[in-house]
Amino acid sequence: MTLRDARKDLLAGAVFIGFGLAFAVTATTYEVGTLLRMGPGFFPLALGGILVVLGVLIAVTGFLAASGGEIGTVPWRALVLLLAAILFFGSTVRDLGLVPALFVAVLLASFAGRGVRLVPALFIAVALTALSVLIFVYALQLRLSLLGPWLGG
Amino acid sequence: MGVLDGLALGFETAFTPTNLLFCLIGVALGTAVGVLPGIGPTATMGMLLPITFGFDPVTSLIMLAGIYYGAQYGGSTTAILINLPGESSAAVTAIDGHEMAKRGRAGKALATAALGSFFAGTVATVVVALVATPISRAALNFGPAEFFSLIVLGLIASITLASGSTLKALAMIVLGLLLGTVGQDLGTGVPRFTFGVPELYQGLQFVSLAVGLFGVAEIIRNLEGDMTRSVMVEKVEKLRLEREDFRRIRMPVLRGTALGSVLGVLPGAGHVLASFVSYSVEKRASKHPEEFGKGAIEGVAGPESANNAAAQTSFIPLLTLGLPANSIMALLVGALLIQGIVPGPNVINDEPELFWGLIVSFWIGNLFLVLLNLPLIGVWVKMLTIPYRWLFPAIIAFAAIGTYSLNRNPYDVYAIAFFAILGYVLIKLGCEPAPLLLGFVLGPLLEENLRRALTISRGDATVFVTRPLSLTLLLLAAVAFVVAVLPAVRRKREVVFEEED
Repeated sequence: MTLRDARKDLLAGAVFIGFGLAFAVTATTYEVGTLLRMGPGFFPLALGGILVVLGVLIAVTGFLAASGGEIGTVPWRALVLLLAAILFFGSTVRDLGLVPALFVAVLLASFAGRGVRLVPALFIAVALTALSVLIFVYALQLRLSLLGPWLGG
Repeated sequence: MGVLDGLALGFETAFTPTNLLFCLIGVALGTAVGVLPGIGPTATMGMLLPITFGFDPVTSLIMLAGIYYGAQYGGSTTAILINLPGESSAAVTAIDGHEMAKRGRAGKALATAALGSFFAGTVATVVVALVATPISRAALNFGPAEFFSLIVLGLIASITLASGSTLKALAMIVLGLLLGTVGQDLGTGVPRFTFGVPELYQGLQFVSLAVGLFGVAEIIRNLEGDMTRSVMVEKVEKLRLEREDFRRIRMPVLRGTALGSVLGVLPGAGHVLASFVSYSVEKRASKHPEEFGKGAIEGVAGPESANNAAAQTSFIPLLTLGLPANSIMALLVGALLIQGIVPGPNVINDEPELFWGLIVSFWIGNLFLVLLNLPLIGVWVKMLTIPYRWLFPAIIAFAAIGTYSLNRNPYDVYAIAFFAILGYVLIKLGCEPAPLLLGFVLGPLLEENLRRALTISRGDATVFVTRPLSLTLLLLAAVAFVVAVLPAVRRKREVVFEEED
């Protein structure tokens, strides 16, 4: 029985305890109220407490069983690029417009794949941007401006 | 309204050109995502949900539902042809289906799957039509206490059939419930967990949650390994079944349909359970059990019928009680809410076109699927050769646009990233994402009914166990919980015993 074998369950337990505490502690800053007149804090406080208990149980049973298995590799580059793509799109689509925001986001995302070179990635970004504009703006008539205020759209 | 009048209304509704078109689009898209690796029906429906905002409610539901059962078909196709079940319920089909393909009988396996599914889908559609009205009528007598207990039962039962740790699934549900409280509190109007950001007052978008958890987190998972697959597809020919084949699949299809119709109603992975049970039943019933695992046509016919029947009957809890049985149904709840329809026992009476139109569309959709899958099988096989480096940027793009277009709120897009990270970490740590989505969708309902029940009872918490129906539902939840925990207990005991030996 080693910590290494149980780390999956220990970490999972820690994540749940963390969320449970965060919600429960924040909930106490709202009015908790009584059973008859429940305040906004009541439900999250109760659930947060339950989540902490569950997190502890997961960690303890995991520690006793010690059979979590390997966590495996994490594709850090892909992870960062994909999240960057999404956050970029979200923060710029209003001001830059759909076309530039999407183009950059897709370009970032396509570099998350292995051994992707610049030219094919550019090609994917151009093709997907064009396709999305066709589908969402022309076919589905979503009112998204192609170029935003920053680009004079 | 009687069942026949209802069905007549349903045919009238479903047979409009628009609804036929979107039914076709739905099942075709469903087949595509069922075939394509790395994207499932949950993420697809999440991405498409925002664009259904402008549709008629019936049209929107018809298309979204089509994606769900279409994906079951597509998943079976890849299970048979390349031994890669696109959907978990098709895992059983892969056992004998792929063996048949290796022996040059891929065409027969595909035809059996398609015809069995069609038959099962047709029967199950009738089952839904017959049982829905009485169930929803009974549920009209439910008060807030009963609904609270029913939701608890639904949540607990959904983890009974989940794979993996029960404790983790339970924790995922609670985390989902908590994430569902973010935003303005319905009872008092106080903003909760919004960090003072006004954009969060409406709460976290569950579209963001669905695409983050089931779309983006899944992509990160896939990029862990090498996704350059070399697909060796067996040649598909001889789609026709002979008299002898029909004789062999007749009983398995019937039994599979019956099993699937019943088990599909169960919350959680009812359709997966149905196909597994059907397979073991057929193996036991067969005069040649030794053929199973070596390309027995019964091993395709039974499970395929079972999972498709279950896919249809899993709509029963949603349509009659407003209770989603799995993450797909939870998405449909979201689709209804976007349209301003509150799912529940009133839907059948208040929105008869929606209810009956959807049911009839199941049958039409199944017919489309047979037509789409048998003659056009070559097209779907071609799709398997689309490289993943093309696919995942497209998923990112569609997810981002779809989510943003819902409210033009950048925070909805940021939430995708948050849920992607959260989902990836939790999946890595051995937690299934589906219970979280279910909890998230049901959280506000649970809180509202809890409040209302306690207000009515003047703060007396015993109301949940003194009302007989509520008590029964809670007892059922307790039983479901014990069942969920039991196998784990048994396994733990075995481990202990081994150590003592």
